Amino acid sequence: MNKRSTWALPYFIFLLLFVVLPLIMVVVYAFQDNSGHFTLSNIAKFFSDGDSLGTFALSIEVAVENTLLCILLGYPAAYILADKNLNRSAVTVVLFILPMWINALMRTLATAELFNMAGIQLGKGTLLFGMCYDFLPFMIYPIYNQLNKMDKSYAEAAQDLGATPAEVFRKVTLPLSMPGVWSGVMMVFMPTVSTFAISEFLTNNKIKLFGTIIQENINNSMWNYGAALSLIMLIIIAITTVLQGGGNTEDAAGGAI
Amino acid sequence: MASEERIIDIGHLCKSFGEKKVLDDINLYVRKGEFLTLLGPSGCGKTTLLRMIAGFMRPDSGSILLEGKDILDTPPHLRPLNTVFQRYALFPHLDVYDNIAFGLKLKKVPEEEIDKRVRKVLKLVAMSDYEDRDVETLSGGQQQRIAIARAIVNRPKVLLLDEPLAALDLKMRKDMQIELKEMHQKLGITFIYVTHDQEEALTLSDTIVVMNEGKIQQIGTPTDIYNEPVNSFVADFIGESNILNGTMIEDKRVSFIGHDFDCVDKGFGENVPVDVVIRPEDIYIKKNTEGEQFTGTVRSCTFKGVHYEMFVDTDSGNELMIQDYNAFEPGTTVGMHIRPGDIQVMKKERTQNSYRASVVADGRVSFLGAEWECSTDGFSAGDEVIARIAFGKVDLLDHEDEAVTTGNVDFILYKGNHYHLTIKTESGEKIWVDTNDVWDKNDFVGIRIAPKDIQIVKADDGNE
Repeated sequence: MNKRSTWALPYFIFLLLFVVLPLIMVVVYAFQDNSGHFTLSNIAKFFSDGDSLGTFALSIEVAVENTLLCILLGYPAAYILADKNLNRSAVTVVLFILPMWINALMRTLATAELFNMAGIQLGKGTLLFGMCYDFLPFMIYPIYNQLNKMDKSYAEAAQDLGATPAEVFRKVTLPLSMPGVWSGVMMVFMPTVSTFAISEFLTNNKIKLFGTIIQENINNSMWNYGAALSLIMLIIIAITTVLQGGGNTEDAAGGAI
Repeated sequence: MASEERIIDIGHLCKSFGEKKVLDDINLYVRKGEFLTLLGPSGCGKTTLLRMIAGFMRPDSGSILLEGKDILDTPPHLRPLNTVFQRYALFPHLDVYDNIAFGLKLKKVPEEEIDKRVRKVLKLVAMSDYEDRDVETLSGGQQQRIAIARAIVNRPKVLLLDEPLAALDLKMRKDMQIELKEMHQKLGITFIYVTHDQEEALTLSDTIVVMNEGKIQQIGTPTDIYNEPVNSFVADFIGESNILNGTMIEDKRVSFIGHDFDCVDKGFGENVPVDVVIRPEDIYIKKNTEGEQFTGTVRSCTFKGVHYEMFVDTDSGNELMIQDYNAFEPGTTVGMHIRPGDIQVMKKERTQNSYRASVVADGRVSFLGAEWECSTDGFSAGDEVIARIAFGKVDLLDHEDEAVTTGNVDFILYKGNHYHLTIKTESGEKIWVDTNDVWDKNDFVGIRIAPKDIQIVKADDGNE
């Protein structure tokens, strides 16, 4: 080991203790029964339980809807923020990112109270609203970043070659900003699948998401089933990540289309 | 080659960014089919001018006519011009073929014709077989060719090139220069080329427009610009030159470096201070001192490939740069002469610093955004006056402790036995200084002037 790599040792230990070890424990617990014997029954239970599968499907559905909603709202916002003619100040950017500084639980609780005050029935609508409110900055920021660092001369070159402003957007700006959109999707879709607090507060537990049933199992000391569900979710997330081509945040110019 | 027909006509174009005038009353026309180069140091406004022609920027005032029609209100995508961008701006999400076909597809040109034209233009830039390549896998020179191909495939009326070779290494740049010139001849398209490289401009252009600080300094053919620079900026910027202070004694007779010379210039008047430009290859140097116009001692001699470059201290204490095919050892006493036709005499833009000033109190005047001590005899507080300071009477300090105001060195001209500096002061104005001290461009300087060296005259006696 050379001198430089010894500097990495503290981080290595940290990763080992707080990432690798828990991950191994999740895997081990998922394949054990109450008495610690190897079993596949936890996994089998999930695939045979209609309720769990239904919740899982609903979680994916809500996550997809929330992600689309975030793109729909976040892209135009990011575009406006990155446009020097429309927005000259960095303060506006900070204002958009500001909610991220406040604890998500507090924001969610406050949102629920607002709905109660306004007399709005809690349900899927309020759930989506809350999720979108929570996760929007995570969509705006990567897209904003991507648009902001994009060389202005690409758009100018397209214009120079005869593209109308709409064509410039469709043929150049949008495709070149896709890496930002993908990392936004990564940062919104994954956490939405596993969220439980938002659904608990904003639907009064009427709608249960995948994260909710993991939490319930673990709260009720059903560690093994909880671990199996977590493992399944991890695998789903890994698959989506691979499908998205690694969710490249740094590859600005990459063909992530 | 270039015809007399004008394709672009630019009139009284002005643009300011805040206080700074980037373009100051630009008047220029471009003839159909010519290779015109906008040449100047960075920040001279050449790129701004090009971007205005392309349509990416609007002037504050003035007009740009394309074939007689004003195009200021035409958005860039409707202008029949194409640009080769400085860093190419090839679309990274498209391959070579789709990059080149981009403009044609937008114009809904039929597929077969697009195919034919893309292949033809790829052949022209010697990049056939590259159509499926990812643009990011190409070298700088190859990307450059694709950028040119992408522009000319649209058959623009004028091709705008923004320092297209700046990012290439020297060898590649030389090769591309030749290719560009050939391409220009083959295509018959008007080229407007922006560069800060004077050698590139001399090699490529039919017409060179030398710009500095938002103003056109000189327009002419490469030979005109090189042989007859109109002012010391152009002389210094284009090629190597000896720029010296001189006095026009009478028509066809000029005095500099302590000797009188015959020249071909006239009409300056008698005993008028002038700038004299001598190209280093125009000074004839001999071992034999007899019968020569002046003598000197060789200080240094460097081999430059084709010729030797020598610095010679003349008998009058000036330093001259001389290029010759023969080497003369340092320390050798040599004789030199200059032919009348090789002496380029230029009117001095100014002979002293002169500012509008106002008397603040007895013994104090204000100009250059500061207050100065000087004699104000005959004037009273509130009077508007002109303050004059000789170039050699301005003290430059390397600190601001005892300075009245400060500035930065903006331009340095070596005049054979002293430096003539242009200092941009804190107030954004300029002061010109003759000094023997060596300063670098952008150096921070403190400015001080002795009270006796500030001469105050009535405001209507002189002009700025």
